[in-house]
Amino acid sequence: MTTLEHDTSSSPEEDAEVSKQWTTRIRRRLVEMLPPERLIPDRQPSFLSSWIYIFGALTIGALAIIILTGMVLSLEGPGWWHTSSLGLFVNSMHLWSVELFFFCMVIHLWGKFFMAAWRGSRQLTWITGAVTFLVSVGAAFTGYVSQTNFDSQWIATQAKDGINSTGVGAFFNVLNFGQMLMWHIVLLPVGVLFLTGLHILMVRRRGIVPPFEDGVNDKSATVASGTQEGTPS
Amino acid sequence: MTKTKERRFNPDRDVNPWKGGYRPYDIAKEIVICFVVMLVLVVGLAIVFGSPDDKAVTIQTWSNANQVDFAQTAITELDGTSATAQYGPPYNNVADVSQKIGPFSPEALVGVHIPVNTAQDFVIGPLETVTNSPVLTMALNQFNAASPSQQANWESAYATAVQKAKVFHNVLVVPLARYGPVGIMIRQLTDMARSGALDTSMINQDHFYGTDYTKSLLYVADGTYFSDQGTALHLSGGQWGMMNETGNFPGQAWLWLYSFWYQIPPFTTAWEPNADILVSVLMMILSVLLILVPFVPGVRSIPRWSRVYRLIWRDHYKGRE
Repeated sequence: MTTLEHDTSSSPEEDAEVSKQWTTRIRRRLVEMLPPERLIPDRQPSFLSSWIYIFGALTIGALAIIILTGMVLSLEGPGWWHTSSLGLFVNSMHLWSVELFFFCMVIHLWGKFFMAAWRGSRQLTWITGAVTFLVSVGAAFTGYVSQTNFDSQWIATQAKDGINSTGVGAFFNVLNFGQMLMWHIVLLPVGVLFLTGLHILMVRRRGIVPPFEDGVNDKSATVASGTQEGTPS
Repeated sequence: MTKTKERRFNPDRDVNPWKGGYRPYDIAKEIVICFVVMLVLVVGLAIVFGSPDDKAVTIQTWSNANQVDFAQTAITELDGTSATAQYGPPYNNVADVSQKIGPFSPEALVGVHIPVNTAQDFVIGPLETVTNSPVLTMALNQFNAASPSQQANWESAYATAVQKAKVFHNVLVVPLARYGPVGIMIRQLTDMARSGALDTSMINQDHFYGTDYTKSLLYVADGTYFSDQGTALHLSGGQWGMMNETGNFPGQAWLWLYSFWYQIPPFTTAWEPNADILVSVLMMILSVLLILVPFVPGVRSIPRWSRVYRLIWRDHYKGRE
């Protein structure tokens, strides 16, 4: 009988060598930063009860549909949806998922602003979220100029002046369909997905920001630097 | 001895560890439900509203719809007075047209990276691909052999005459004047445009495959036909421009702040000549501010001052009363 289990017997020298491996060190560091119960928690603080919290997950849901419909559109190429009723429907789904994505994302952003969700060493979580919003604007824009119809012609010729005025237009040519399509289906989606993943990992690492204390305007108290919210132990 | 750095508690930056309770929360279920809700909404919106798909304007459709506008645009490309010919960087070298912020002009600094010579690329080059018209060949030879001042005189005469051009029996008729070979050139170019050959020529100027429509779009945008179409569809800059789409579709509503600045003074008055660079720089500053909200004194205190958080966490505060 064959087994896939590794031989766990090893010498102290091997153990020492394994302990120094880059792989082992990276794994140890990752588990320290994000133990499984924090990465995928099954409990949340009791203050998490508002509907506003749902908009982050709704944004991710819309992003998933954007990616899926974009992949279907890419199967037959950028001209398919002009000539196929199925293609037009998939394009409509792609458009409306983008609209809902931004709608939910903006509500999520305002919600986190009014929670001052950067408190307790969560500044980087806010920053990755804000940068994701800005990169998403670029991803959507390149999609709008890649539609290969009147809208894309109009938006591109209108937008070129603003981008050219900064000098960026010399390298990011909104009138170049091929370049815009590549940015839209490769570079910017990769950026949005990477930043979204990073943002989620940071949310999981730091946890959800707790409410302001009662009597929050009383600044007489002092705390140690880097105070963070606790997580379930 | 370990030194612990103490600092004053700032409620806009710091939090105390949460010492309250925890409750079961099924994140995986929440994500699946959110995905399904979004999918239902997206399918519903796609069925009810669909998506806009107005056909692109080609040089062929433009020149067939309005031969006079095409001919009037073509002569501006030849004589170097069109919007594209006078654009400056990144398309061509034109002095003192680049937008500035103070003394600084980024587009002038970067220079020409997408060279466009409208006379050669939009008129003479495409005409030179026509090999079966001896009359056109003679006209081109005459034009190319003439001095720049003679060329300018012909162009000026044609530019004046074409203002009174008419279409008679579907043929462009330009009043006679001393415009030499330019009349034949623009007439042939119009025929080429109407047949669709100019569209092909513009895209495939130096290769078989084409994905770069820069020159075609600049050409089309130089004519009034294209801008008239946009204005009729409520898409012009004064109508919030590129954030809209044709029809009643929401478009890029998230660009409202960018478009907003183009609607108000001083961007519409004193700053109008440099509005693009000024709006772009303003939006860059605002974007950086958005990213750095957690570190901006005053701005990061707004959530605490506004007390909107009492609404968000109302159950939490209710339980403490």
